[in-house]
Amino acid sequence: MPIAHVMASGMGGIRTAGDLVARMQMHRKMKLPAAKKYVAERLKISVTDLSDEQVMREIREDLDIGIITSVPGSAKGMEAKARIAALLDLEISTVKRFRSKTFF
Amino acid sequence: MANILTRMGDGERVQMSVSEVRDALLAGTHDAAQKGKIPELGSDELEQLLEIFLDKNRIVGVAPGEEVVLTHDIGTLRLMGDQANSGVGIPLSRLQGILVHERAFAADTMELGHIDYSFKPVKPIISMEMQEYETAAMMTIVPLFYGAMPNLGTYYRPDGPFGNPSDLLPQGKVREAREAQLEAAGHATRDMVYVSSKLHEVACEGINFDTTAAAGDADFYATLNAVAEIKKTMPEMAIEVGMAGEFILGMHGELFFNGQRLAGMYPHQQVKVVEEAGADIFGPVINTNTSRSMPWNVARAVTFVKHTVAVSSIPIHVNVGMGVGGVPVFETPPIDSTTRASKALVQIAKVDGL
Repeated sequence: MPIAHVMASGMGGIRTAGDLVARMQMHRKMKLPAAKKYVAERLKISVTDLSDEQVMREIREDLDIGIITSVPGSAKGMEAKARIAALLDLEISTVKRFRSKTFF
Repeated sequence: MANILTRMGDGERVQMSVSEVRDALLAGTHDAAQKGKIPELGSDELEQLLEIFLDKNRIVGVAPGEEVVLTHDIGTLRLMGDQANSGVGIPLSRLQGILVHERAFAADTMELGHIDYSFKPVKPIISMEMQEYETAAMMTIVPLFYGAMPNLGTYYRPDGPFGNPSDLLPQGKVREAREAQLEAAGHATRDMVYVSSKLHEVACEGINFDTTAAAGDADFYATLNAVAEIKKTMPEMAIEVGMAGEFILGMHGELFFNGQRLAGMYPHQQVKVVEEAGADIFGPVINTNTSRSMPWNVARAVTFVKHTVAVSSIPIHVNVGMGVGGVPVFETPPIDSTTRASKALVQIAKVDGL
């Protein structure tokens, strides 16, 4: 049933920029328009492009912040999150912990 | 004009004339306005809702650029759980379930939750949850919450140590029922803070308090106090508070948070105390009435949620699972109804997420 909502009105997660916008809501209490505007500015694209699979696939590949299909060598999991934290100028707790455990 | 194919609140398909749908929309918004003492939807908004129901397509959706974020509750139980957990019984691990949501279900965020999805049963096995979260966090890209229900009912006899208000109140033992609820709430707050603090040790990105206030105002009180404590000591951990129902049941009746009585609150009032407690996202619930049509239910839900969004300073992720948010009360909610509720809440209520 969540899939019906995803199809009707969901941003699409890492297919697009859904995870990035979600982080701005979670960590900075941003309402949707502000969260989208912030992410769009960081990515240097329009707000409409945030949910465009074609635009976001290229951007996510170029920035290496995680893509849907499993391409060998592309950033996954913590690698992608670390890059997202830097991109959004956000402290992500799991990334901070990883750094503290690995001396980076 | 030909009749419109729509549904009742229990999912049964019905045909309604355009004027019947229009009347239902008006009645739904009026009911919400009257109960919540909030504004009704305007004529433009009602026309917009009518257009959604006039659409002959099975699936409707928002326009490009209008999409919202989806947060998920119930962890991965919808995959490996049984019917009681709305699950489909696929034997997956929780890590596999999380990755399926991230990679195949287009989830914007995801959640780890225990099979016994309440804070009290999680407390004794918290180390297991911590290590599961550590592993999942290494492999996920989307934000990862840990979710559980405050579920104050687990603290009452026979499941817990405290007197059960459902037994005490019919006996006229109001004082004893109130004392039991307050004691139970104190323990529940302590447990929720404890579980959250252990997850904080493994850098948990966020906690989702699911079905808050299921056991009434004492349940809400316990959760608000837990959220306030967590935000004081672990401010970087995101908190989402999702409700159980649209109305706070006054099982105690005299519980307050920051001077506001919790019993009787509707979503636009609930969000203010949730904000004051420090939560980052609020998930209101509007209950579906199975005896009414979906146009009535959706208009009602949109009215409540629109006002909640207007008065809120934090993101609103309205609950749109089975039986809430204008979705029918049916185990497999019909896609035609689900997408109409989705579209209405995004376009008219202007929610920040679902």
